[in-house]
Amino acid sequence: MAGKTLFDKVWDSHVVEAIENGPNVLYIDRHFVHEVTSPQAFAGVKERGVGVFRPNQVLATPDHNIPTINQDQPIKDQLSAHQVDTLTKNCEENNVTLYGLGHEYNGIVHVVGPEQGITQPGMTMVCGDSHTSTHGAFGSIAFGIGTSEVEMTLATQCIMQPKPKSMRINIEGELGAGVTAKDIVLYVISKLTTSGGTGYFVEFAGSAIRALSMEGRMTVCNMSIEMGARGGMIAPDETTFEYIKGRRNAPTGEQWEKAVAYWKTLPTDADAKFDLELTYEAADIEPQITYGTNPGMGTGITQNIPSLDTIEEASKKTYLQSMKYMGFEPGDKLEGKKVDYVFLGSCTNGRIEDLRVFAEAVKGKKKADNITAWIVPGSRLVEKQAIEEGIKETLEAAGFELRQPGCSACLAMNDDKIPAGKYAVATSNRNFEGRQGPGSRTLLASPLTAAAAAVTGVIADPRKVFNL
Amino acid sequence: MPIDKFVTLQTSVVPLPIENVDTDQIIPARFLKATTKEGFGDNLFCDWRYEKDGTPKADFVLNDPTYSGPILVAGKNFGSGSSREHAAWAVAGYGFKAVVSSFFADIFRGNSLNNGVLPVQVSEAFLAKIFAEVEKDPKAEVKIDLENQTITLIPTGESESFEINGYKKKCLLNGYDDIDYLLSIKDKIQAFEKQAVKF
Repeated sequence: MAGKTLFDKVWDSHVVEAIENGPNVLYIDRHFVHEVTSPQAFAGVKERGVGVFRPNQVLATPDHNIPTINQDQPIKDQLSAHQVDTLTKNCEENNVTLYGLGHEYNGIVHVVGPEQGITQPGMTMVCGDSHTSTHGAFGSIAFGIGTSEVEMTLATQCIMQPKPKSMRINIEGELGAGVTAKDIVLYVISKLTTSGGTGYFVEFAGSAIRALSMEGRMTVCNMSIEMGARGGMIAPDETTFEYIKGRRNAPTGEQWEKAVAYWKTLPTDADAKFDLELTYEAADIEPQITYGTNPGMGTGITQNIPSLDTIEEASKKTYLQSMKYMGFEPGDKLEGKKVDYVFLGSCTNGRIEDLRVFAEAVKGKKKADNITAWIVPGSRLVEKQAIEEGIKETLEAAGFELRQPGCSACLAMNDDKIPAGKYAVATSNRNFEGRQGPGSRTLLASPLTAAAAAVTGVIADPRKVFNL
Repeated sequence: MPIDKFVTLQTSVVPLPIENVDTDQIIPARFLKATTKEGFGDNLFCDWRYEKDGTPKADFVLNDPTYSGPILVAGKNFGSGSSREHAAWAVAGYGFKAVVSSFFADIFRGNSLNNGVLPVQVSEAFLAKIFAEVEKDPKAEVKIDLENQTITLIPTGESESFEINGYKKKCLLNGYDDIDYLLSIKDKIQAFEKQAVKF
């Protein structure tokens, strides 16, 4: 019998029931909840008169809708305030732990879970948010769900899912200077397109992945959904154990030893087979940036935007619509194009390591005059650490301001909206039309490439700007 | 809570020949502040459908009275992006009962099914034929038969079968929802919990 993959091991140990010619009933270990996709689910549970089945396995934190300044004051937007209040009320009524606005552990749900030690290898985790895939960096099966499924999980701690196909993506070798985890994932998405991973759950492997920190691994898994995959995961190893050890919800003492022994059994067996296996060379990856209106429309920063003759006939209409929206011409050179905004943050790149990279790069330099920059930590703890490490000071000396945590301009549900027609180099995960505000134009990139844009005012290769 | 039972449809369609329609286009994030499921249909494809001041854009298909019907036919990779079920509520709220495309994003597919909207995945060639027939005659009809899992382009008589798992098919035909099922096996879930690995 062929060996099992990491994914198989975790999935198979959570199947409560396999429905014939239908989905599996999958048990969920941890359920994260935020204010936007949960109100209708809590209302549904109440209407059915069943309540929350396992409140201890649910954690809530408002993040999508919250302002990133003056968090000590009431939220001005009435609809946002109502949604955040509804989450508070629902958590109180159902005994669900809430890290509310202003709480010392509040932040983006996908930053909070790992930093609290809640995210652990071998678990199944869901949240009504597609970037739940972030948690897969720990060797857990984590994926986004719709509100009906949030309701199912609240009511029964289970959801119904067909088992996806398996894919392994290997990144082999060493990354070049100035090339980061974000560039790996943008590169892979540009090769696979936004639908290339649909129907699959992806395991990221290879020496370049093994060499990444947990923060870097989270960045890679975070954007699995952008290639259409339901989630991504990385086998747990010493880097993983080191990160979890000592965190608030991590096992301790004898339990820790038992847990580590179990986690070590999870990596994919040598003879396991994947439905699809792809390998890329780390050395082929340069700093990446997107030029279009989906995350698959990306390329190396020294490259030109693809010319029209390279686009398939059936896709030309969509491609031209995208170019028109972006205000670009096919074939344009990317380097040197004017940028108006820089956004550092989100569940993709709002962790301490991302702030460190950005601060280190802009240290001793000045923000370009034409740039408005929003530097948004992923959580209150990241914010606190940034202050303690002197990152805030470094940023301020270079003309930047550290804001308060939240999803912010990644999806612009709060006031952090990029104005129509303006260009933003963003470290977030989506460049869809209007994603960062109606008419906004998003160029996805790494924190380092964002720093290069922030100090030069244009799309710039960080290797040249920072002499890497 | 029951969903609408899916009945066989034979009707004209609304064509949207754009690829990679993401959930931010289906329903922009600024409309996700509601705490109920109602009203999202009014903002379906909002930024393509309305000018900034709210006047309908005449060249967008939903504002063109030439096209109508409870079937939306869209370019490949429909529903990519966020997990927001609001996208499915918007599609259902507008009155669509089925979406036809050559490819669907996973989460959107699941969300649609949970709201009684049938995603019908057809071949690229069949999708192109539907678009071509509708361009010739906006009243060209398409028939979707869930029981037999077939979609037929009425003017040409061409037909394709589509896939759906047996469980979901039964749910849609009978108007059952997943939560009722899960609640019915709670004993089994509790038994599972007793033997699960925990630290």
